[in-house]
Amino acid sequence: MVGTAVSRRLTWIVAEVVGLIDETATARSIVLHCPGWVGHVAGQHVDIRLTAEDGYQAQRSYSIAAPADGEKVVITVELVDGGEVSPYLIEDLIVGDRIEVRGPIGGYFVWEPGRGGPLQLLGGGSGVVPLMAMLRARVEVGSDISVRYLSSARSPDRILYRAELERLGREARDVDVLHTLTREHPDGWPGLTRRVDAEMLEDHAFGAGEEPLCFVCGPTPFVEAVATALVALGHRPDRVKTERFGPTGG
Amino acid sequence: MALISRGFRRRDRVDAPAERVPPGQYVTADFPVLSAGPTPLVRLEDWDFTVTTVDGAERSWSWDEMRALPSESFTVDIHCVTKWSKLDTTWEGVSVDTLLADLGDPGTFVMARSHGGYTTNLPTADVTGGKAWVAFGYDGAPLAAEHGGPARLLVPHLYFWKSAKWVSGLQFSNSDRPGFWESYGYHDYGDPWLEQRYQGD
Amino acid sequence: MSTQSHVDGNVLGGMLIEMFGAEMTDRRGCCGECGAMNTMGAMHVYVDAPGDVMRCPACQAVLMVLTRIESVVRVNMAHMAWIEVAVE
Repeated sequence: MVGTAVSRRLTWIVAEVVGLIDETATARSIVLHCPGWVGHVAGQHVDIRLTAEDGYQAQRSYSIAAPADGEKVVITVELVDGGEVSPYLIEDLIVGDRIEVRGPIGGYFVWEPGRGGPLQLLGGGSGVVPLMAMLRARVEVGSDISVRYLSSARSPDRILYRAELERLGREARDVDVLHTLTREHPDGWPGLTRRVDAEMLEDHAFGAGEEPLCFVCGPTPFVEAVATALVALGHRPDRVKTERFGPTGG
Repeated sequence: MALISRGFRRRDRVDAPAERVPPGQYVTADFPVLSAGPTPLVRLEDWDFTVTTVDGAERSWSWDEMRALPSESFTVDIHCVTKWSKLDTTWEGVSVDTLLADLGDPGTFVMARSHGGYTTNLPTADVTGGKAWVAFGYDGAPLAAEHGGPARLLVPHLYFWKSAKWVSGLQFSNSDRPGFWESYGYHDYGDPWLEQRYQGD
Repeated sequence: MSTQSHVDGNVLGGMLIEMFGAEMTDRRGCCGECGAMNTMGAMHVYVDAPGDVMRCPACQAVLMVLTRIESVVRVNMAHMAWIEVAVE
Protein backbone atom coordinates (compact mmCIF):
# COMPACT_ATOMS: atom_id res chain seq x y z
CA MET A 1 0.00 0.00 0.00
CA VAL A 2 1.36 3.43 -0.85
CA GLY A 3 1.98 5.12 2.44
CA THR A 4 0.69 8.60 2.93
CA ALA A 5 2.55 9.21 6.16
CA VAL A 6 6.03 8.47 4.87
CA SER A 7 8.55 11.15 5.63
CA ARG A 8 9.81 12.66 2.41
CA ARG A 9 10.73 15.80 0.63
CA LEU A 10 8.14 17.14 -1.78
CA THR A 11 9.95 18.46 -4.81
CA TRP A 12 8.82 20.05 -8.01
CA ILE A 13 9.38 17.83 -11.03
CA VAL A 14 9.05 18.69 -14.69
CA ALA A 15 6.19 16.71 -16.19
CA GLU A 16 5.46 16.38 -19.88
CA VAL A 17 1.97 16.56 -21.32
CA VAL A 18 1.51 13.30 -23.20
CA GLY A 19 -2.24 13.31 -23.72
CA LEU A 20 -5.23 15.62 -23.76
CA ILE A 21 -8.84 14.45 -23.54
CA ASP A 22 -11.78 16.80 -24.00
CA GLU A 23 -14.24 15.74 -21.31
CA THR A 24 -16.86 18.44 -21.90
CA ALA A 25 -16.96 21.83 -23.62
CA THR A 26 -15.47 23.34 -20.47
CA ALA A 27 -13.28 20.57 -19.06
CA ARG A 28 -10.23 18.68 -20.18
CA SER A 29 -8.23 15.81 -18.81
CA ILE A 30 -4.49 16.14 -19.04
CA VAL A 31 -2.24 13.08 -19.08
CA LEU A 32 1.12 13.90 -17.55
CA HIS A 33 4.27 11.84 -17.67
CA CYS A 34 5.86 12.36 -14.25
CA PRO A 35 9.39 10.97 -14.09
CA GLY A 36 10.05 9.14 -10.86
CA TRP A 37 6.39 8.94 -9.87
CA VAL A 38 6.03 6.49 -6.97
CA GLY A 39 2.28 6.05 -7.26
CA HIS A 40 -0.69 7.57 -5.51
CA VAL A 41 -3.94 6.83 -3.75
CA ALA A 42 -7.40 7.84 -4.99
CA GLY A 43 -8.36 11.26 -3.66
CA GLN A 44 -4.85 12.67 -3.68
CA HIS A 45 -3.96 15.72 -5.73
CA VAL A 46 -1.00 17.36 -7.37
CA ASP A 47 0.12 20.97 -7.25
CA ILE A 48 0.81 22.57 -10.63
CA ARG A 49 3.06 25.61 -10.91
CA LEU A 50 3.21 27.90 -13.92
CA THR A 51 5.84 30.60 -14.39
CA ALA A 52 5.49 33.47 -16.84
CA GLU A 53 8.48 35.00 -18.62
CA ASP A 54 8.38 38.00 -16.28
CA GLY A 55 8.74 35.66 -13.32
CA TYR A 56 5.10 35.79 -12.24
CA GLN A 57 4.07 32.44 -10.77
CA ALA A 58 0.71 30.85 -10.24
CA GLN A 59 0.09 27.62 -8.39
CA ARG A 60 -3.05 25.49 -8.24
CA SER A 61 -4.04 22.07 -6.94
CA TYR A 62 -5.81 19.51 -9.13
CA SER A 63 -7.18 16.15 -8.07
CA ILE A 64 -5.79 13.08 -9.76
CA ALA A 65 -8.59 11.50 -11.78
CA ALA A 66 -7.41 7.92 -12.29
CA PRO A 67 -5.43 5.15 -10.61
CA ALA A 68 -1.67 5.08 -10.84
CA ASP A 69 -0.37 3.81 -14.19
CA GLY A 70 3.40 3.74 -13.99
CA GLU A 71 4.57 7.33 -14.40
CA LYS A 72 1.32 8.51 -16.01
CA VAL A 73 -0.83 10.84 -13.92
CA VAL A 74 -4.19 12.12 -15.17
CA ILE A 75 -5.83 15.28 -13.87
CA THR A 76 -9.12 16.82 -14.97
CA VAL A 77 -9.37 20.61 -15.13
CA GLU A 78 -12.64 22.53 -15.34
CA LEU A 79 -12.69 26.05 -16.74
CA VAL A 80 -13.19 28.65 -14.04
CA ASP A 81 -14.85 31.88 -15.24
CA GLY A 82 -12.31 34.65 -15.08
CA GLY A 83 -9.67 32.17 -13.97
CA GLU A 84 -6.03 32.49 -14.78
CA VAL A 85 -4.62 28.96 -14.75
CA SER A 86 -7.57 26.89 -15.96
CA PRO A 87 -7.91 28.80 -19.27
CA TYR A 88 -4.21 28.19 -19.91
CA LEU A 89 -4.44 24.47 -19.14
CA ILE A 90 -7.63 23.99 -21.16
CA GLU A 91 -7.11 26.32 -24.11
CA ASP A 92 -3.37 26.84 -24.53
CA LEU A 93 -1.60 23.68 -23.35
CA ILE A 94 -0.54 21.25 -26.08
CA VAL A 95 0.99 17.79 -26.10
CA GLY A 96 4.69 18.12 -25.56
CA ASP A 97 4.42 21.10 -23.22
CA ARG A 98 6.20 20.75 -19.90
CA ILE A 99 4.84 21.96 -16.57
CA GLU A 100 6.03 21.77 -12.99
CA VAL A 101 4.19 19.31 -10.79
CA ARG A 102 4.59 18.09 -7.24
CA GLY A 103 2.80 15.32 -5.45
CA PRO A 104 1.00 13.19 -4.63
CA ILE A 105 -0.50 15.20 -1.81
CA GLY A 106 -3.27 14.24 0.56
CA GLY A 107 -3.92 11.83 3.40
CA TYR A 108 -7.31 12.87 4.69
CA PHE A 109 -9.52 12.90 1.60
CA VAL A 110 -8.31 9.55 0.28
CA TRP A 111 -9.78 6.08 -0.18
CA GLU A 112 -8.37 2.68 -1.03
CA PRO A 113 -10.38 -0.54 -1.24
CA GLY A 114 -8.63 -1.78 1.89
CA ARG A 115 -10.41 0.94 3.88
CA GLY A 116 -13.74 -0.76 3.27
CA GLY A 117 -17.16 0.59 2.53
CA PRO A 118 -19.86 0.95 1.51
CA LEU A 119 -18.69 4.03 -0.35
CA GLN A 120 -20.89 7.11 -0.73
CA LEU A 121 -19.49 9.62 -3.19
CA LEU A 122 -21.09 13.07 -3.50
CA GLY A 123 -19.62 15.62 -5.89
CA GLY A 124 -20.57 19.08 -7.10
CA GLY A 125 -19.23 20.22 -10.46
CA SER A 126 -15.55 19.38 -10.78
CA GLY A 127 -15.66 18.05 -7.23
CA VAL A 128 -16.37 14.70 -8.84
CA VAL A 129 -12.77 14.35 -10.04
CA PRO A 130 -11.28 12.76 -6.88
CA LEU A 131 -14.47 10.75 -6.46
CA MET A 132 -14.07 9.34 -9.96
CA ALA A 133 -10.53 8.37 -8.99
CA MET A 134 -12.01 6.44 -6.06
CA LEU A 135 -14.63 4.77 -8.24
CA ARG A 136 -12.04 3.89 -10.90
CA ALA A 137 -9.80 2.42 -8.20
CA ARG A 138 -12.65 0.29 -6.88
CA VAL A 139 -13.41 -0.99 -10.37
CA GLU A 140 -9.78 -1.58 -11.31
CA VAL A 141 -9.09 -3.94 -8.42
CA GLY A 142 -12.39 -5.74 -8.88
CA SER A 143 -13.53 -4.92 -5.38
CA ASP A 144 -17.10 -5.79 -4.43
CA ILE A 145 -17.56 -2.78 -2.18
CA SER A 146 -20.92 -1.11 -2.83
CA VAL A 147 -20.64 2.38 -4.29
CA ARG A 148 -23.25 5.09 -4.72
CA TYR A 149 -22.05 8.01 -6.81
CA LEU A 150 -24.18 11.16 -6.80
CA SER A 151 -23.09 14.14 -8.85
CA SER A 152 -24.56 17.59 -9.06
CA ALA A 153 -24.04 19.58 -12.25
CA ARG A 154 -25.57 22.66 -13.79
CA SER A 155 -26.65 20.94 -17.02
CA PRO A 156 -26.20 17.59 -18.77
CA ASP A 157 -23.37 18.81 -20.97
CA ARG A 158 -21.33 19.63 -17.88
CA ILE A 159 -21.48 16.18 -16.35
CA LEU A 160 -17.93 14.82 -16.23
CA TYR A 161 -17.21 11.23 -17.29
CA ARG A 162 -20.88 10.73 -18.18
CA ALA A 163 -20.43 7.92 -20.72
CA GLU A 164 -18.05 5.96 -18.52
CA LEU A 165 -20.33 6.37 -15.51
CA GLU A 166 -23.29 5.17 -17.52
CA ARG A 167 -21.38 2.05 -18.52
CA LEU A 168 -20.17 1.38 -14.98
CA GLY A 169 -23.64 1.85 -13.58
CA ARG A 170 -24.95 -0.69 -16.06
CA GLU A 171 -22.15 -3.24 -16.03
CA ALA A 172 -20.52 -3.17 -12.60
CA ARG A 173 -22.22 -4.89 -9.73
CA ASP A 174 -23.16 -2.69 -6.79
CA VAL A 175 -22.25 0.59 -8.48
CA ASP A 176 -25.13 3.06 -8.58
CA VAL A 177 -24.77 6.34 -10.41
CA LEU A 178 -27.18 9.25 -10.11
CA HIS A 179 -26.95 12.78 -11.47
CA THR A 180 -28.89 15.80 -10.39
CA LEU A 181 -29.05 18.95 -12.49
CA THR A 182 -29.40 22.32 -10.87
CA ARG A 183 -29.95 24.81 -13.71
CA GLU A 184 -31.10 23.22 -16.94
CA HIS A 185 -32.47 19.85 -17.85
CA PRO A 186 -33.84 18.43 -21.07
CA ASP A 187 -37.33 17.03 -21.38
CA GLY A 188 -37.45 13.45 -20.27
CA TRP A 189 -34.33 13.76 -18.10
CA PRO A 190 -34.23 10.50 -16.14
CA GLY A 191 -32.23 11.83 -13.20
CA LEU A 192 -32.95 14.42 -10.54
CA THR A 193 -33.39 18.14 -11.05
CA ARG A 194 -32.56 20.17 -7.97
CA ARG A 195 -29.72 20.93 -5.54
CA VAL A 196 -28.75 18.06 -3.29
CA ASP A 197 -30.81 18.23 -0.11
CA ALA A 198 -31.62 16.05 2.89
CA GLU A 199 -34.61 14.45 1.19
CA MET A 200 -32.49 13.46 -1.81
CA LEU A 201 -29.90 11.94 0.50
CA GLU A 202 -32.57 10.07 2.43
CA ASP A 203 -33.95 8.67 -0.81
CA HIS A 204 -30.74 7.86 -2.62
CA ALA A 205 -27.70 7.74 -0.34
CA PHE A 206 -26.73 4.89 1.96
CA GLY A 207 -28.50 5.21 5.29
CA ALA A 208 -26.55 6.06 8.41
CA GLY A 209 -27.17 2.53 9.67
CA GLU A 210 -25.14 1.12 6.78
CA GLU A 211 -22.17 3.13 8.06
CA PRO A 212 -20.81 4.20 4.70
CA LEU A 213 -17.61 6.12 4.18
CA CYS A 214 -18.84 9.40 2.70
CA PHE A 215 -16.69 11.64 0.53
CA VAL A 216 -18.10 15.08 -0.32
CA CYS A 217 -16.24 17.34 -2.74
CA GLY A 218 -17.02 20.49 -4.66
CA PRO A 219 -17.56 24.21 -4.14
CA THR A 220 -17.75 25.22 -0.49
CA PRO A 221 -21.51 25.89 -0.34
CA PHE A 222 -22.19 22.43 -1.82
CA VAL A 223 -19.86 20.72 0.63
CA GLU A 224 -21.24 22.61 3.63
CA ALA A 225 -24.85 21.82 2.71
CA VAL A 226 -24.26 18.14 1.95
CA ALA A 227 -21.93 17.38 4.87
CA THR A 228 -24.30 19.10 7.28
CA ALA A 229 -27.24 17.14 5.91
CA LEU A 230 -25.38 13.83 6.21
CA VAL A 231 -24.54 14.44 9.84
CA ALA A 232 -28.12 15.56 10.53
CA LEU A 233 -29.26 12.24 9.03
CA GLY A 234 -27.15 10.40 11.57
CA HIS A 235 -23.90 9.73 9.76
CA ARG A 236 -20.92 9.85 12.11
CA PRO A 237 -18.86 12.99 11.43
CA ASP A 238 -15.65 10.98 11.31
CA ARG A 239 -17.11 8.97 8.42
CA VAL A 240 -17.90 12.11 6.38
CA LYS A 241 -14.83 13.50 4.68
CA THR A 242 -14.83 16.76 2.80
CA GLU A 243 -12.79 18.61 0.23
CA ARG A 244 -13.73 22.15 -0.69
CA PHE A 245 -12.79 23.67 -4.00
CA GLY A 246 -12.94 27.43 -4.30
CA PRO A 247 -13.77 29.58 -7.28
CA THR A 248 -10.15 30.62 -7.09
CA GLY A 249 -9.05 27.10 -7.91
CA GLY A 250 -8.80 28.06 -11.56
CA MET B 1 15.12 28.96 -11.77
CA ALA B 2 11.63 27.60 -12.28
CA LEU B 3 10.60 26.26 -15.67
CA ILE B 4 8.99 28.92 -17.84
CA SER B 5 5.56 27.77 -19.01
CA ARG B 6 5.23 28.43 -22.71
CA GLY B 7 2.80 31.25 -23.35
CA PHE B 8 1.62 31.63 -19.76
CA ARG B 9 1.02 35.15 -18.51
CA ARG B 10 -1.04 37.03 -15.97
CA ARG B 11 -4.50 37.52 -17.44
CA ASP B 12 -6.17 40.40 -15.73
CA ARG B 13 -3.73 43.24 -16.24
CA VAL B 14 -4.56 46.39 -18.19
CA ASP B 15 -2.30 49.15 -19.43
CA ALA B 16 -1.96 52.33 -17.38
CA PRO B 17 0.28 55.40 -17.25
CA ALA B 18 3.45 54.42 -15.43
CA GLU B 19 3.37 57.41 -13.08
CA ARG B 20 0.12 56.12 -11.56
CA VAL B 21 1.44 52.65 -10.82
CA PRO B 22 3.53 52.17 -7.66
CA PRO B 23 6.61 49.94 -7.88
CA GLY B 24 5.87 46.23 -8.23
CA GLN B 25 2.17 46.74 -8.97
CA TYR B 26 0.07 45.90 -12.02
CA VAL B 27 -3.25 47.48 -12.93
CA THR B 28 -6.43 45.45 -13.13
CA ALA B 29 -9.95 46.22 -14.24
CA ASP B 30 -11.26 43.61 -11.81
CA PHE B 31 -11.96 44.22 -8.15
CA PRO B 32 -10.50 41.12 -6.45
CA VAL B 33 -12.09 40.04 -3.20
CA LEU B 34 -9.53 39.28 -0.53
CA SER B 35 -10.53 38.04 2.87
CA ALA B 36 -8.89 36.57 5.95
CA GLY B 37 -12.11 35.15 7.32
CA PRO B 38 -15.85 34.72 6.90
CA THR B 39 -17.79 37.69 5.56
CA PRO B 40 -19.65 39.21 8.48
CA LEU B 41 -23.28 39.94 7.72
CA VAL B 42 -24.16 43.09 9.62
CA ARG B 43 -27.72 44.36 9.54
CA LEU B 44 -28.08 48.09 9.24
CA GLU B 45 -30.36 48.22 12.28
CA ASP B 46 -27.55 46.65 14.32
CA TRP B 47 -24.72 48.67 12.78
CA ASP B 48 -22.86 51.26 14.76
CA PHE B 49 -19.51 52.99 14.57
CA THR B 50 -17.56 54.07 17.65
CA VAL B 51 -14.60 56.39 17.98
CA THR B 52 -12.67 56.11 21.26
CA THR B 53 -9.99 58.67 22.09
CA VAL B 54 -6.90 58.08 24.19
CA ASP B 55 -8.65 59.89 27.08
CA GLY B 56 -11.52 57.42 26.94
CA ALA B 57 -13.99 59.79 25.33
CA GLU B 58 -16.40 57.92 23.05
CA ARG B 59 -18.66 58.94 20.20
CA SER B 60 -20.97 56.50 18.46
CA TRP B 61 -23.18 56.73 15.42
CA SER B 62 -25.97 54.45 14.31
CA TRP B 63 -26.39 53.81 10.60
CA ASP B 64 -29.00 56.53 10.27
CA GLU B 65 -26.86 58.97 12.23
CA MET B 66 -23.82 58.20 10.07
CA ARG B 67 -25.84 58.67 6.89
CA ALA B 68 -27.13 62.00 8.17
CA LEU B 69 -23.58 63.37 8.36
CA PRO B 70 -22.18 65.32 5.40
CA SER B 71 -20.72 62.82 2.93
CA GLU B 72 -18.78 63.14 -0.25
CA SER B 73 -18.21 61.32 -3.50
CA PHE B 74 -14.61 60.88 -4.49
CA THR B 75 -12.40 59.06 -6.96
CA VAL B 76 -9.14 57.44 -5.90
CA ASP B 77 -6.63 54.81 -6.96
CA ILE B 78 -6.24 51.80 -4.68
CA HIS B 79 -3.20 49.56 -4.30
CA CYS B 80 -3.24 46.08 -2.76
CA VAL B 81 -0.12 44.54 -1.28
CA THR B 82 -0.84 41.42 -3.36
CA LYS B 83 0.27 43.59 -6.28
CA TRP B 84 -2.94 44.65 -8.00
CA SER B 85 -3.85 48.29 -8.36
CA LYS B 86 -7.18 49.65 -9.49
CA LEU B 87 -7.36 53.18 -10.81
CA ASP B 88 -10.17 55.72 -10.69
CA THR B 89 -12.40 53.90 -8.23
CA THR B 90 -15.41 55.93 -7.14
CA TRP B 91 -16.73 55.93 -3.61
CA GLU B 92 -19.13 57.68 -1.31
CA GLY B 93 -18.44 58.15 2.36
CA VAL B 94 -18.00 60.34 5.40
CA SER B 95 -14.59 61.88 5.93
CA VAL B 96 -12.90 60.71 9.14
CA ASP B 97 -12.23 64.41 9.80
CA THR B 98 -15.99 64.84 10.16
CA LEU B 99 -16.14 62.04 12.73
CA LEU B 100 -13.27 63.51 14.77
CA ALA B 101 -14.48 67.11 14.53
CA ASP B 102 -15.49 67.69 18.16
CA LEU B 103 -13.00 65.38 19.80
CA GLY B 104 -9.91 67.51 20.04
CA ASP B 105 -6.68 65.57 19.82
CA PRO B 106 -7.72 61.91 19.90
CA GLY B 107 -4.22 60.39 20.16
CA THR B 108 -1.28 59.83 17.84
CA PHE B 109 -2.11 56.33 16.60
CA VAL B 110 -5.30 54.52 15.78
CA MET B 111 -6.42 50.92 15.55
CA ALA B 112 -9.27 50.37 13.12
CA ARG B 113 -11.50 47.54 14.31
CA SER B 114 -13.89 45.46 12.23
CA HIS B 115 -16.77 43.09 12.70
CA GLY B 116 -15.22 39.62 12.60
CA GLY B 117 -12.14 40.69 14.54
CA TYR B 118 -9.92 42.24 11.86
CA THR B 119 -7.70 45.11 12.96
CA THR B 120 -5.17 47.41 11.32
CA ASN B 121 -3.01 50.17 12.81
CA LEU B 122 -2.30 53.62 11.38
CA PRO B 123 -0.86 56.96 12.50
CA THR B 124 -3.65 59.46 13.23
CA ALA B 125 -2.02 61.81 10.74
CA ASP B 126 -2.85 59.30 8.00
CA VAL B 127 -6.58 59.18 8.68
CA THR B 128 -7.02 62.95 8.98
CA GLY B 129 -6.54 65.94 6.69
CA GLY B 130 -8.84 64.54 4.05
CA LYS B 131 -6.94 61.26 3.70
CA ALA B 132 -9.52 58.80 4.98
CA TRP B 133 -13.22 58.03 4.92
CA VAL B 134 -15.79 55.64 6.27
CA ALA B 135 -17.10 54.54 2.88
CA PHE B 136 -20.54 53.02 2.31
CA GLY B 137 -20.89 53.42 -1.45
CA TYR B 138 -18.80 52.05 -4.29
CA ASP B 139 -19.29 52.67 -7.99
CA GLY B 140 -22.67 54.28 -7.49
CA ALA B 141 -24.20 51.51 -5.38
CA PRO B 142 -24.21 50.47 -1.72
CA LEU B 143 -20.94 48.80 -0.81
CA ALA B 144 -21.32 45.02 -1.21
CA ALA B 145 -20.64 42.81 1.81
CA GLU B 146 -17.78 41.03 0.04
CA HIS B 147 -16.04 44.38 -0.39
CA GLY B 148 -16.59 45.43 3.19
CA GLY B 149 -20.17 46.65 3.32
CA PRO B 150 -22.16 48.12 5.02
CA ALA B 151 -19.10 50.34 5.51
CA ARG B 152 -15.36 50.09 5.35
CA LEU B 153 -12.49 52.37 6.21
CA LEU B 154 -10.90 53.84 3.11
CA VAL B 155 -7.29 55.06 3.27
CA PRO B 156 -6.21 54.99 -0.37
CA HIS B 157 -2.72 56.45 0.03
CA LEU B 158 -1.63 53.30 1.91
CA TYR B 159 -1.80 49.64 0.88
CA PHE B 160 -5.39 48.52 0.79
CA TRP B 161 -5.16 46.17 3.78
CA LYS B 162 -5.27 49.37 5.84
CA SER B 163 -8.75 50.09 4.43
CA ALA B 164 -10.43 47.82 6.95
CA LYS B 165 -13.55 46.10 5.66
CA TRP B 166 -16.65 45.90 7.88
CA VAL B 167 -15.22 48.65 10.03
CA SER B 168 -16.91 49.10 13.41
CA GLY B 169 -14.74 51.73 15.02
CA LEU B 170 -11.51 53.61 15.52
CA GLN B 171 -9.64 53.23 18.78
CA PHE B 172 -6.98 55.87 19.37
CA SER B 173 -3.92 55.55 21.57
CA ASN B 174 -0.46 57.05 21.94
CA SER B 175 1.39 53.90 21.00
CA ASP B 176 1.55 52.06 17.70
CA ARG B 177 0.60 48.41 18.09
CA PRO B 178 0.36 46.01 15.14
CA GLY B 179 -3.00 44.97 13.77
CA PHE B 180 -3.84 41.69 12.06
CA TRP B 181 -1.58 41.63 8.97
CA GLU B 182 1.03 43.77 10.68
CA SER B 183 1.45 41.14 13.36
CA TYR B 184 1.89 38.48 10.66
CA GLY B 185 4.78 40.30 9.01
CA TYR B 186 3.31 43.16 7.04
CA HIS B 187 4.59 46.71 7.37
CA ASP B 188 3.29 48.99 10.13
CA TYR B 189 2.90 51.94 7.75
CA GLY B 190 2.49 50.52 4.22
CA ASP B 191 3.31 53.26 1.71
CA PRO B 192 2.92 51.72 -1.78
CA TRP B 193 5.20 54.32 -3.34
CA LEU B 194 8.04 53.22 -1.05
CA GLU B 195 6.99 49.60 -1.51
CA GLN B 196 6.60 49.10 2.23
CA ARG B 197 5.01 45.67 2.08
CA TYR B 198 6.72 43.83 4.95
CA GLN B 199 8.15 44.73 8.36
CA GLY B 200 11.60 46.09 7.83
CA ASP B 201 11.05 47.27 4.27
CA MET C 1 -22.64 32.76 8.20
CA SER C 2 -20.01 32.26 5.57
CA THR C 3 -19.86 32.71 1.85
CA GLN C 4 -17.87 30.89 -0.83
CA SER C 5 -14.75 32.52 0.51
CA HIS C 6 -13.14 29.56 2.27
CA VAL C 7 -11.71 26.24 1.22
CA ASP C 8 -10.03 23.75 3.53
CA GLY C 9 -6.69 22.43 4.66
CA ASN C 10 -6.43 20.08 1.69
CA VAL C 11 -5.28 23.05 -0.39
CA LEU C 12 -2.33 23.53 1.99
CA GLY C 13 -1.37 19.87 1.70
CA GLY C 14 1.80 20.56 -0.26
CA MET C 15 2.94 23.39 2.00
CA LEU C 16 2.29 21.27 5.09
CA ILE C 17 4.49 18.49 3.69
CA GLU C 18 7.20 21.07 3.09
CA MET C 19 6.90 22.27 6.66
CA PHE C 20 6.69 18.95 8.45
CA GLY C 21 8.32 16.52 6.05
CA ALA C 22 5.28 14.27 6.10
CA GLU C 23 1.67 14.18 4.99
CA MET C 24 -0.32 16.32 7.42
CA THR C 25 -3.89 16.57 6.11
CA ASP C 26 -4.88 13.48 8.08
CA ARG C 27 -3.15 14.73 11.24
CA ARG C 28 -5.16 16.41 13.95
CA GLY C 29 -4.79 19.94 15.20
CA CYS C 30 -6.38 21.41 18.31
CA CYS C 31 -7.79 24.91 18.53
CA GLY C 32 -6.22 26.93 21.31
CA GLU C 33 -9.39 28.97 21.75
CA CYS C 34 -12.21 26.43 21.93
CA GLY C 35 -10.42 23.09 22.10
CA ALA C 36 -12.05 21.66 18.98
CA MET C 37 -9.94 18.98 17.29
CA ASN C 38 -10.01 18.54 13.53
CA THR C 39 -7.76 16.98 10.95
CA MET C 40 -5.72 19.58 9.14
CA GLY C 41 -7.56 18.72 5.93
CA ALA C 42 -10.85 19.73 7.53
CA MET C 43 -9.73 23.11 8.86
CA HIS C 44 -11.20 26.12 7.09
CA VAL C 45 -8.65 27.98 4.97
CA TYR C 46 -8.82 31.42 3.36
CA VAL C 47 -6.42 31.68 0.45
CA ASP C 48 -7.49 34.98 -1.11
CA ALA C 49 -5.58 37.27 1.18
CA PRO C 50 -2.10 38.70 1.76
CA GLY C 51 -1.45 35.37 3.50
CA ASP C 52 -3.13 31.99 3.88
CA VAL C 53 -5.29 31.89 7.00
CA MET C 54 -6.37 28.63 8.63
CA ARG C 55 -9.33 28.93 11.00
CA CYS C 56 -11.05 26.59 13.42
CA PRO C 57 -14.24 25.27 11.82
CA ALA C 58 -16.01 25.49 15.17
CA CYS C 59 -15.12 28.94 16.47
CA GLN C 60 -13.28 30.67 13.57
CA ALA C 61 -10.17 31.33 15.68
CA VAL C 62 -7.08 31.89 13.58
CA LEU C 63 -4.94 28.76 13.99
CA MET C 64 -2.26 29.24 11.37
CA VAL C 65 -1.17 32.08 9.11
CA LEU C 66 1.29 31.60 6.25
CA THR C 67 2.79 34.80 4.92
CA ARG C 68 5.21 34.74 2.01
CA ILE C 69 7.83 37.40 2.72
CA GLU C 70 10.34 37.59 -0.12
CA SER C 71 11.87 34.12 -0.33
CA VAL C 72 10.65 32.74 2.99
CA VAL C 73 7.28 31.75 4.34
CA ARG C 74 6.58 32.94 7.85
CA VAL C 75 4.41 30.48 9.74
CA ASN C 76 2.40 31.73 12.70
CA MET C 77 0.61 29.15 14.85
CA ALA C 78 0.03 31.29 17.91
CA HIS C 79 -3.50 30.03 18.59
CA MET C 80 -3.02 26.38 17.61
CA ALA C 81 -2.83 24.45 20.85
CA TRP C 82 -1.15 21.45 19.28
CA ILE C 83 -0.68 19.44 16.10
CA GLU C 84 0.07 15.73 15.79
CA VAL C 85 2.84 14.62 13.48
CA ALA C 86 3.41 11.05 12.30
CA VAL C 87 6.68 9.46 13.30
CA GLU C 88 8.11 6.23 11.95
